Amino acid sequence: MSYLEHNIKSVPTGFRKILHLNWAIILLLAAVSGVGFLMLYSVAGGSLQPWAEPQMKRFAVGMVIMLSIAMVPIWFWRNVSAVAYLMSVALLLVVEFFGTAGMGAQRWIDLGFMRLQPSEVTKITLVMVLAAYYDWLDLDKKSHPLWVIVPLIMIAIPTMLVLRQPDLGTAILLVAGGGTIMFLAGVSWYYFGAVIAAVVGIVTAIFQFRGTEWQILKDYQYRRIDTFLDPSSDPLGAGYHITQSKIALGSGGWTGRGFMQGTQARLNFLPEKHTDFIFVTLAEEFGFVGAASLLALYALIIAFCIISAFRNKDRYAALLTLGIATTFFLFFVVNMAMVMGLAPVVGVPLPLVSYGGSAMLVLLVAFGLMQSAHVHRPR
Amino acid sequence: MKHQFKDTAKSHRLLTRRGMFLGSVQLGLVGVLVSRMRSMQVEQADQFRLLADENRINVRLIPPARGLIYDRNGLALAKNRPAYRISIVREDAGDIEEVIAKVAALVPLDPKDLARALKEIKRRSPFVPVTLANNLTWEQLSKVAVNAPALPGITPEVGLTREYPLFGDYAHIIGYVGPVSDYDLSKINDPDPLLQIPKFQIGKSGAEAKLEKTLRGKAGAKRIEVNSIGRIMRELGRQEGETGANIQLTINSQLQNYVQARLANESAAAVVIDVKNGDLLAVGSTPSFDPNKFVTGISYADYNELLENKYRPLANKSVQGTYPPASTFKTMTALAALNEGAIDTKETVRCKGFVEVGARKFHCWKKSGHGNVNLHNSLKQSCDVYYYELAQRTGIEKISEMAKKFGLGTKYPIPMSAVARGLMPNKAWKLKNRGKEWVVGDTLNASIGQGFVHASPLQMAVMTARIASGHSVTPRLVKSINGIEQPSGAGEKLDINENHLRMVRKAMYGVVNESGGTARRSRIVADEYRMAGKTGTAQVSNSRVKNRDVVWEKRDHAIFVCFAPYDNPKIAVAVVVEHGGGGSKAAAPVARDIVLQALFEGTPPLSAYPKSDRPRIRRAQENLPLRDFSALTNSDKA
Repeated sequence: MSYLEHNIKSVPTGFRKILHLNWAIILLLAAVSGVGFLMLYSVAGGSLQPWAEPQMKRFAVGMVIMLSIAMVPIWFWRNVSAVAYLMSVALLLVVEFFGTAGMGAQRWIDLGFMRLQPSEVTKITLVMVLAAYYDWLDLDKKSHPLWVIVPLIMIAIPTMLVLRQPDLGTAILLVAGGGTIMFLAGVSWYYFGAVIAAVVGIVTAIFQFRGTEWQILKDYQYRRIDTFLDPSSDPLGAGYHITQSKIALGSGGWTGRGFMQGTQARLNFLPEKHTDFIFVTLAEEFGFVGAASLLALYALIIAFCIISAFRNKDRYAALLTLGIATTFFLFFVVNMAMVMGLAPVVGVPLPLVSYGGSAMLVLLVAFGLMQSAHVHRPR
Repeated sequence: MKHQFKDTAKSHRLLTRRGMFLGSVQLGLVGVLVSRMRSMQVEQADQFRLLADENRINVRLIPPARGLIYDRNGLALAKNRPAYRISIVREDAGDIEEVIAKVAALVPLDPKDLARALKEIKRRSPFVPVTLANNLTWEQLSKVAVNAPALPGITPEVGLTREYPLFGDYAHIIGYVGPVSDYDLSKINDPDPLLQIPKFQIGKSGAEAKLEKTLRGKAGAKRIEVNSIGRIMRELGRQEGETGANIQLTINSQLQNYVQARLANESAAAVVIDVKNGDLLAVGSTPSFDPNKFVTGISYADYNELLENKYRPLANKSVQGTYPPASTFKTMTALAALNEGAIDTKETVRCKGFVEVGARKFHCWKKSGHGNVNLHNSLKQSCDVYYYELAQRTGIEKISEMAKKFGLGTKYPIPMSAVARGLMPNKAWKLKNRGKEWVVGDTLNASIGQGFVHASPLQMAVMTARIASGHSVTPRLVKSINGIEQPSGAGEKLDINENHLRMVRKAMYGVVNESGGTARRSRIVADEYRMAGKTGTAQVSNSRVKNRDVVWEKRDHAIFVCFAPYDNPKIAVAVVVEHGGGGSKAAAPVARDIVLQALFEGTPPLSAYPKSDRPRIRRAQENLPLRDFSALTNSDKA
């Protein structure tokens, strides 16, 4: 019997749970999504169609789902963690074999009313299963090689499947998110040192084997890295996007050109102006003040999550909350770094702002879990 | 499952420690982002704003050349020719009126085009180029180019536009391209940046639309340096696109031209199909229209004329028009009855001109009746009463099953617009779609191809091809894509008793060649080209009045299906003449001419026709305005 289950008597029940939700985070999530609606309205040239309105509907649906999940006790979610993880891996296998091919990658399952990207779902279920694993594992065994290999396998399976799709952005998020939970769970520093050494080795290998038959990445992924390292090497392709993206972002100045006054139309050749590159529009139209404000909103969400985790004495709940916060953090940091030319273009959306149903829904589900952990924490 | 009690305090301490560390790392990363933002947006802002305002380096898409379309002999049916036009960018032009006035002094500007362009300039964003004049000559374009320094915002452009050298012959098959419209963009979910180019041509109908993705190709891009008013200074780099794939059709252009010319004065459709491999050799629909008019934008007057024409020139009657197959369907009823053993070939049915079923009287087309008829004569003379009897013995389910084997009610996946499914009803269909029980009268009507049964000329041709070959051939329009041969339409052997098929073929031979056959006047006398067929007359209105006494819209549709040569079938033909009257009179002669034209691969000798017809046929051959294919230059050949 866990510590948590001894103390459930003091956990709020019924509708009183609503009062114990972490309302600060809910308001922050709504605020960030609101910024998203505004920007989608702007990139569509001042129109609710084709992006802003569907996005609002999804947000509404997502909110309801989030609150429903929050009402279910966290120990229920802990008990289904392994099942959820296995199901998401199964879904990844399904897209591997039956997915609809779009844009050269098989990434989604068509549910009719929306396209479900199993890779998005995996980002959450991986966090769940790892948190449950370390909740179950004896603290003394955490750095034993045998018990380190198990979570590594849990991370590796979906990562491999996602890489095969190929979706480098999600793969990076999975590895970074999973690694963070292992770190938080207290796995010895030596392992992380070893991993960093290995990464250096692999990166060297990636470049050494380029052009040979052992080539590790796809050609387009190499091109993206080239472009990142030297935008002028591919001036007509992605390099142009980064250059234009930087021009638009930089030209925003302190306060920006004003709502709907951006020259993002000049970015018409950006294929993802409403998805991955939406931050550029915000930075151009609202300047440094606007961009930094959004960043502050994101940082506040993370901060509130960390506080909630520290105050939660249940190991699963705390690990889950921090894991979700880290995944969320990785989303916006990688995206922003990408459009500012600090990271290669890997296709990571700006959370809750970029247009896209799967990502928004999955994030709100994740925050539902986080809220459940918060509401049902031992007192 | 928990197996032992945990030291939660220790674990919580560890987690807090590591969490603190993680939090600091995250804070650090946020700090990096903020400082980067600050450096870009505050310190380097002026520099970036300058770049943005000047947008010194510009990327323009290079539209790929659209794939060409050829006929089965390599004759070009859809090609690209250079088009010269000038476009204007509002924000670069400054005073639009003044610039336009200057342009007008150099090249003639159509006032209508100009009004449209001005409207578009207002509606669109200031940086979007709007076409000012289309279809200029090289000289006119040069004049504008030479005077470029005095014309800010004006760009002379050389592009490609579509041309259909055979005009109306392929208007329905290939369709046409046209400039992409806002409506198109809202309808199709296609991220291709090419579609954002103003006036980019996409397929609007026919194969051009259905094979759009294949024909379009991929965009290239060029990076150009422009000065502050948008004039191109030099090209910095170029990435070639990918030309669209060339498509070869199965159609034979000379035959297609003949079919269109032969049907020209009617509202009619004809399909010629290879009975062995399903190649569509001709798919005619008249009247036709000139697809070239749509490419540059058709005038309202011309378009209205096409819309208001009661012969519906825009419709592709061969595949999208459906008609009751009428008596041509009796072949199906006969095969179903034979298959069920409901009748044998010797048994006769007495036709006294009508039959009473329940309280209703069902008439034969011949009021006086046919007397005792067997299967052979029933098809030859097209006796309705015989089939009313078969209908009652066989039942709609079996008839429907048989007809479906011959492709009725099947939508063939050929790349043309609005390919019709037609309808081969059964009991379940009526209950579901009409909410009523199937009654025996429905079976009687269906048995002679009336009532609910509907088929397109294409389906009738395929049905006939299947009768002739005994195989389930399917139609094929695209022969090859970029030289890669597409799957043939040859099909499996039908699981139908070969003797039954032979009986039906023999009766169809009788229809055309034996005395008393309904299409005997349209027989072919050249022995090796003998044709076998079946007439059909689809009732349009219920009144039992002579066709010549009623208005055109109420006359019957004339239908004829046939295959030839009888001994060794090569082609099947279906002809439908809308409101043409009787099938034997209006459709069969046309079908015969088409069959001979196809088998002789050109104008047939008069000796193929019965003696008495020859003078009339010669006159008709001489007066038929056929295209002179020798005049098409070598550049039209693949």
